[in-house]
Amino acid sequence: MSLLEIRNLHAKVEGREILRGLDLTINPGEVHSIMGPNGSGKSTLAGVLTGREAYEVTDGQILFQGQDIGDLSPDERAVAGIFLAFQYPVEIPGVSTTQFLKAAVNAHRKARGQKDIDAVEFLKLVRDKMKMLQMKDDLLKRAVNEGFSGGEKKRHEIFQMALLEPKLAVLDETDSGLDIDALRIVSEGVNALRDGKRSFLVITHYQRLLNYIVPDFVHVLVNGRIVKSGPKDLALELEAKGYGWLEQEIGEPIASA
Amino acid sequence: MPTLTAPTTTEPFLAHLGRVPAGPAWLTEIRQRGLARYRQLGLPTIRDEEWRYTRIDAIARGSFEPAPAKPASIAGGAKALDPHDLGLTGPRLVFVNGRFSPELSRIGQLPKGVAVGGLGAAIAVNHSIVREHLGQYLDISHDAFGALNLAFLEDGGFVHVPADVKLDQPVHLLYVSTPGSKAGVCHPHNLVVIEAGAKATVVEDYLSLGEDTNFSNAVTELVVGDEADVEHYLIERESERSLNVSTLRIQQGKSSKFASHSVLMGGQLVRNNVHPVLAGQGAWSLLNGLYLVTGQAHVDNHMRVEHVAAHCDSRQFYRGILSDQASSIFSGRIKVHRGAQKTDAKQNSSNLLLSDDAQANTKPQLEIYADDVKCTHGATVGQLDPEGMFYLQSRGIDAVTARGLLIRAFAGESLDRMGHEALRAELEKRFLERLPLGDA
Repeated sequence: MSLLEIRNLHAKVEGREILRGLDLTINPGEVHSIMGPNGSGKSTLAGVLTGREAYEVTDGQILFQGQDIGDLSPDERAVAGIFLAFQYPVEIPGVSTTQFLKAAVNAHRKARGQKDIDAVEFLKLVRDKMKMLQMKDDLLKRAVNEGFSGGEKKRHEIFQMALLEPKLAVLDETDSGLDIDALRIVSEGVNALRDGKRSFLVITHYQRLLNYIVPDFVHVLVNGRIVKSGPKDLALELEAKGYGWLEQEIGEPIASA
Repeated sequence: MPTLTAPTTTEPFLAHLGRVPAGPAWLTEIRQRGLARYRQLGLPTIRDEEWRYTRIDAIARGSFEPAPAKPASIAGGAKALDPHDLGLTGPRLVFVNGRFSPELSRIGQLPKGVAVGGLGAAIAVNHSIVREHLGQYLDISHDAFGALNLAFLEDGGFVHVPADVKLDQPVHLLYVSTPGSKAGVCHPHNLVVIEAGAKATVVEDYLSLGEDTNFSNAVTELVVGDEADVEHYLIERESERSLNVSTLRIQQGKSSKFASHSVLMGGQLVRNNVHPVLAGQGAWSLLNGLYLVTGQAHVDNHMRVEHVAAHCDSRQFYRGILSDQASSIFSGRIKVHRGAQKTDAKQNSSNLLLSDDAQANTKPQLEIYADDVKCTHGATVGQLDPEGMFYLQSRGIDAVTARGLLIRAFAGESLDRMGHEALRAELEKRFLERLPLGDA
């Protein structure tokens, strides 16, 4: 059974139709990349997958492990195994990172019928994963994402992914705002989690990230639909030629944001 | 402005309150002063600027009965208070319907010279500190409730800490109202005199046993001597039918340090007047407040900070959480008298609205008669950040827990300013228990 199957997905944001018949299937262990120009619907897809309130699905289905997740709340989708690494991680003043991570870990444990993690075990778990992403301990005492640099925020996202061990990780423009060193650290973090069972959906505007996180498939999203799919080399072609040449191929002008 | 002809409620309301008690001449003078002023002012209405956002109909139209002179016994005795215990181990004065109950109270060992007890008893022995200070600070010129408090003044808490004595344990003044056939009314008056260089914490705490309506009209006069260090907590945790008007009037000496923490989480109509007068140079005053208003309740925080001496700092930080059809007003008046140069006064009011029908008002008022001062004010009203909610939920945290984390973070800023750690933790717990978090 495929892990994720999206069928003819249509979605609106603020009354405007952004996704217009999107189909996508991801099997366990696969890494898929979605590329596309600004305004093509990349972030909308991430929002719809994770149950963001502002996004209204008007047609189609999202099946996760065979189950229609259309009616599930964001937290229910998360504990089912879908994780979103945010393009713009949210700052939450007054909530310490420790408090936040513990709540997230315990929510996942609760869904599996396990009791709350004990303090020692939690700290060990956190320290191990932090080391992998070269993060400093003092981050735990700070408020969630508050005052974090762009790079720290993105590393924090991947760190949470490592902690929560999702079945499907959606990376929404994780490369934006990262310098080359941070990009390398983040990519290594992601690659360390590629275990042949976990799947990834890597949303990006640039091919650069895909040098580090090498996808099995590349899809081109234009005007709310996937218009072209191919192996990883497709990303290079897009990098070289841009998106304009696709207009002829799909027979319609490319809308931009 | 006082109306020239007092409203028609003036005399009928007075009739509910019983007879102005008799006592020594010096006290009769205070009571008559209060009574005369009340008759001039009458009960306030929303036409009074100081009451513009607060309708007191529930008080003005209420049918009350003065509490009996002897404290009522409470069902279950002292044990009935256990579930409401705040973990304080120092002196605890318990007042039942405004009357001091020696049976329910404990004083314990006190440092030499320290007096803690009922004000009624201190009046009965003509205590020199009481005669010197009682009724000397409260400004009733435009305050009908303060005037009534003086007119019916009989009992309350009395705390006296002599110079340079440090009182480690907070003094807990616990006001308990009991269920009755008719709504009770009482006028507690606390007198707290902390002399130069001394240190003390006073916890004024209002609690109802049962769900009945009661009206507490309380005044605390608090003298903070030169270089003294005093913390005051007001805890309002009465039933959702309770009416509570309280006035805290603080007189601050030179280089004194004072902090007021108001934690308001009960009552139907709550008016919290805090009025520090920074009368000595270099005094520092913090007015910190946290309030939770639910249902159709209304909370009115009425600050009046007077800078009389130069080089004083004052800080007002109030944070409110409102749900349902609840409403609130924070009014913060800063008056800088002529000569109070180098005043540094800050004020901030923040509100979190958990429903579309809740309403929070803020009214800053600056009156400045000196030219070298720093005064700032700010206010925010907002809802729970939907981005923050989504972020938390996207990590598997359910909506109820997520809301709890965000509201707790909002309240945390107020709680963190409270100096007494154990009390802060206890108040945080009780405050969070009352939060309306809704369904997942």
